[in-house]
Amino acid sequence: MGIIQKSRLKSPWVLHYDCSSCNGCDIEILASLTPVYDIERFGIINTGNPKHADVLLVTGGVNRRNARVLKNLYNQMPEPKVVVAVGSCACTGGVFHNCYNILGGVDQVIPVDVYVPGCAARPEAIIDGVVLGLQKLKEKTQMESEEVAK
Amino acid sequence: MRELVIILLVLVAAPVLGGLLSGIDRIITARMQGRVGPPLLQPFYDVFKLLGKERFLVNQRQVLWAIGYLALIITSLAMLCLGSDLLVIVFVMAFAAICFVLGGLSTKSPYSHIGSQRELLQMLSYEPVLILLAIGVFMQNQSFLVKDIFARPEPLLFSLPLVFVAVLLILTIKMRKSPFDLSTCHHAHQELVQGITTEYSGPYLALIELTHWYELVLVLGLVVLFWAQPIWAGILLALAAFFIELVIDNICARMTWSWMVKLTWSVGIILCLVNLGVYLI
Repeated sequence: MGIIQKSRLKSPWVLHYDCSSCNGCDIEILASLTPVYDIERFGIINTGNPKHADVLLVTGGVNRRNARVLKNLYNQMPEPKVVVAVGSCACTGGVFHNCYNILGGVDQVIPVDVYVPGCAARPEAIIDGVVLGLQKLKEKTQMESEEVAK
Repeated sequence: MRELVIILLVLVAAPVLGGLLSGIDRIITARMQGRVGPPLLQPFYDVFKLLGKERFLVNQRQVLWAIGYLALIITSLAMLCLGSDLLVIVFVMAFAAICFVLGGLSTKSPYSHIGSQRELLQMLSYEPVLILLAIGVFMQNQSFLVKDIFARPEPLLFSLPLVFVAVLLILTIKMRKSPFDLSTCHHAHQELVQGITTEYSGPYLALIELTHWYELVLVLGLVVLFWAQPIWAGILLALAAFFIELVIDNICARMTWSWMVKLTWSVGIILCLVNLGVYLI
């Protein structure tokens, strides 16, 4: 494993986007930045900038208004990137599933790599989700490099 | 030959030192906040990861200015290590900062623009103190040469104590620490998205990060000048200044730009002028 590949797993910078969440999951994401969970131990930093981010954490179901914003943010993130849907609403639409304005989960708009269930998702689950996302990142980049080798 | 070796040493050793210092910075900051903090080599992981990311570019000029920023900072650091003119070092540093600003202004992003304008305000704040530092050195040594500072038997700190305090003040601005991390900021802080570095991503952001490591060594090098003989005392002084900046960073909130300009133009410049005035009378 090259030094870049190794570093990739040690420094995932996170972008957090609230689609139409009730803020329950958002509070839990912010809780994982506090001294109790301290995700900076794993090199995780909460950036506010899609151009710097590696991991997109999305909370809440997607509605017709913010689907465009979500797509835009996703497209602004440079590859390789991972999308983690945090909470029941981001996974499937949750309690808002059949609302007239809700399209459903995040996967209706952009490809999702990891689903973190829970209402609200616990900080431990969110950290687990990001770590799982890193494994997917590793698989993705390895597949790409194998394709290049072929 | 000796000069070439020094330049090579600056090119190789300075980013290693700067990266380690910013790793220590992140650990100490985390401990002050009651956290464990990232591993020591975290800044290196960050930069290597950024090097492996997709190349996103808003326009070509952006890279040109980023490279200009890096090249000019390396130039001024090499000049400092070679013992050349302090005034010229200050000017080359100013040109480097201008390159950074132009890089920010070359895009259309409003966040990047406001970040760049704040960087200009930061320059407005610290440049007078740096120039007064050079003038103070001239008044003591009758020369601007860094070489002559090292030839001096007694430390500059005893004759320029108030200038030293003013330099500590602007060190906060140069290291992009609270309360003056207005244009862009390290760690997980955010201001106007990421201020002046908003539009840089992937390998180009790694370039900016690398430049910040060189810059950190450069500004700490300026602190070393206050106790040039013996040099280990100067290095200890610089490390003490580094630690003081971290404490200030952790106990302060971010201030507005007008607060910064007022503080440096009143307290900073007056401290320098009083110190220099004593020798004129």
